[in-house]
Amino acid sequence: MKTSTLTKVVQLLAIGIYSIGILSSCSSQTTPAEAATQTNEAAPKEMPTIMAELTDAPNVPAPITRKHAAKVVVKLEVTEVVKKMADGVNYTFWTFGGSVPGKFIRIRQNDEVEFHLMNHPDSKNPHNIDLHAVSGPGGGAASTFTAPGQETVFSFKALNPGLYVYHCATAPVGMHIANGMYGLILVEPEAGLPKVDKEYYVMQGDFYTKGDFGVPGLQPFDMQKALDENPSYVVFNGSVGALTGDNALTAKVGENIRLFVGNGGPNLISSFHVIGEIFDKVYAEGGSTINENIQTTLVPAGGAAITEFKADVPGNYVLVDHSIFRAFNKGALGMLKVEGNEDKKIYSGQIVQKIYQPEGSTVQEMPKSKAPAVALASNKDMRLELGKTLYAQNCQACHQAEGQGIKGAFPPLAKSDYLNADVNRAIGVVAHGLEGQIKVNGELYNSTMPKLKLSDEEIANVMTYVLNTWGNKGGEITPAQVGKAKANFKH
Amino acid sequence: MVNVKGGTFVPLYGSDSIPVKVKTFLMDVYPVTNAEYLAFVNKYPKWRKSAVKKLFADENYLKKWDGDLSIGPNAAKIQNSPVINVSWFSAKAYCECQGKRLATVEEWEYAALASETKANAANDEKFYQRSIEWYSKPNPTYLPPVQEGFRNYYGLHGMIGMVWEWTQNFNSAMVVGESRADVTMDRQLFCGSGSDGAKDVKNYVAFMRYAFRSSLKANYTVANLGFRCAKSI
Repeated sequence: MKTSTLTKVVQLLAIGIYSIGILSSCSSQTTPAEAATQTNEAAPKEMPTIMAELTDAPNVPAPITRKHAAKVVVKLEVTEVVKKMADGVNYTFWTFGGSVPGKFIRIRQNDEVEFHLMNHPDSKNPHNIDLHAVSGPGGGAASTFTAPGQETVFSFKALNPGLYVYHCATAPVGMHIANGMYGLILVEPEAGLPKVDKEYYVMQGDFYTKGDFGVPGLQPFDMQKALDENPSYVVFNGSVGALTGDNALTAKVGENIRLFVGNGGPNLISSFHVIGEIFDKVYAEGGSTINENIQTTLVPAGGAAITEFKADVPGNYVLVDHSIFRAFNKGALGMLKVEGNEDKKIYSGQIVQKIYQPEGSTVQEMPKSKAPAVALASNKDMRLELGKTLYAQNCQACHQAEGQGIKGAFPPLAKSDYLNADVNRAIGVVAHGLEGQIKVNGELYNSTMPKLKLSDEEIANVMTYVLNTWGNKGGEITPAQVGKAKANFKH
Repeated sequence: MVNVKGGTFVPLYGSDSIPVKVKTFLMDVYPVTNAEYLAFVNKYPKWRKSAVKKLFADENYLKKWDGDLSIGPNAAKIQNSPVINVSWFSAKAYCECQGKRLATVEEWEYAALASETKANAANDEKFYQRSIEWYSKPNPTYLPPVQEGFRNYYGLHGMIGMVWEWTQNFNSAMVVGESRADVTMDRQLFCGSGSDGAKDVKNYVAFMRYAFRSSLKANYTVANLGFRCAKSI
């Protein structure tokens, strides 16, 4: 309403200034006022009539290129259908256009929309539509209450630009929304939205089924859970997996991506986040305010947001509701696969993985509590057996399952020249830890081996195991030898 | 017909929680079937498919029938199923020609409160859940024979779980008989306004019935909307 009044005032002023211009000037130069008037005149006298292109998520109709308002005819059919909620789980969805979320509608500010709502004859229930982009009673709901097998028509002028939710508003309204009756309508500003490479449609919704998450079968609506606002499912685009695996969104490195994000609710507010991306721009709440450099944006129930970001480096980017249990346990997960060349400056991938020592170089002792008595080995076979377990528990995380180590970080124990050259020195390393540069099999390593809280018996066992595995020189280490070596190799 | 013993109940929409008195009345055991309706149009030609006035029934009147006096290729299957795609005018005429009438909303709602064993099962969770599940499902390709509807406390079959049913006053849910309220109230029950004035906002089953009726006009014909007749005594 406000915009419309403002526009009128501006137009009147412009015409006024223009008239003065005609009286006082013969200049052939175009004044700004004239230019403004001409832009208005660029529109055809009769508004052209256009059938709206409607798309199913995650696709959106092509950007609007026309520079004038039009009469846009939207035909939206309501159907009640049984569809997949998750693997093995079905649900009777009530839909705008056959799936959840409903068809994406794209129009331009000041378009005049002739809206047809058809309710399929096989529907059990009457439905209507409340478009948040409409200024007027019920957002259209007052004019579109439609019995099964009927069609209603109303028209509206899109006064305000923005991204808006539409939904069914028939009583009991919560149930109609909880069954999937929502979608998005984009009213592009007159100047259009900046060009991007990819646009997608993502809409969150919460669902309330009798059975808990994953319980198979055709699940009925659970009113009590809905009243308690305790959903069994929180999903993007109507089902678990609608945006993962083969259904993942795709983009290439360097592309600018725009997500039209809606939240049908009925109950939950979404903390929309893309793991590993920062939104360069967010049209907050789908309106005209642009917020920059946003990690997580709130999408209210019955609200929306437009997020934009550049895919800088390749990889899988996970869309979540950062109320993270919903993502982990209730289905609110989507995926964007970005393909292209790495840029190690922006993201290197893992360079180092090593032991973290918050208190100096050699501390990795267990608390003082008494450990259960350790089994004692009486022969080499027993040492090998016990040593294997000790290795897996104490050494394998760094030196790896096959003793191969990790190049550049953890030296190998397999066929290790450093180990085989001096076993007593190696025992000292296990007993006291080691810090500083060493050379193993020709590679330099400069990291830290923590002091391990092992008994002489345990060191004997694990060293025996290591020496008799992976091509090392063999032999048996006894606790007595460990005691001696410990004394000789202190640092 | 069976006797529905009168009593009081608080309808979803009414004046200030005042219980409504329903007098004892008679009601058809089953919804009217295709076969019964065929007999009716045989006798009263003006209600045949080709003859009916558009003012009294829209173009989907008896949609699945393939002629004035033919239920269609699936006649054997659906002759004992409820007749659907009938208008309020035609349902009313049918009942009047039998010396009966349509039930009022209050009568119908009162009779529909009954489960198999209880006259008022409004607080029976199982009964409630079964009802809401039926209301959520799309129509089956062929409606079952009327005898298959569950038999309730009064001996009525398929009050819930078969078809929606026309009532005498169907589009007056939000008219509370108080002019000020009538002006400001929204009769279409959309958004939150649907709960304004409702007595039991948790009774979604009743909401759905009232919402359905409110969406109708008297000449509408709908694929899951039939009727049964009632009679005063």
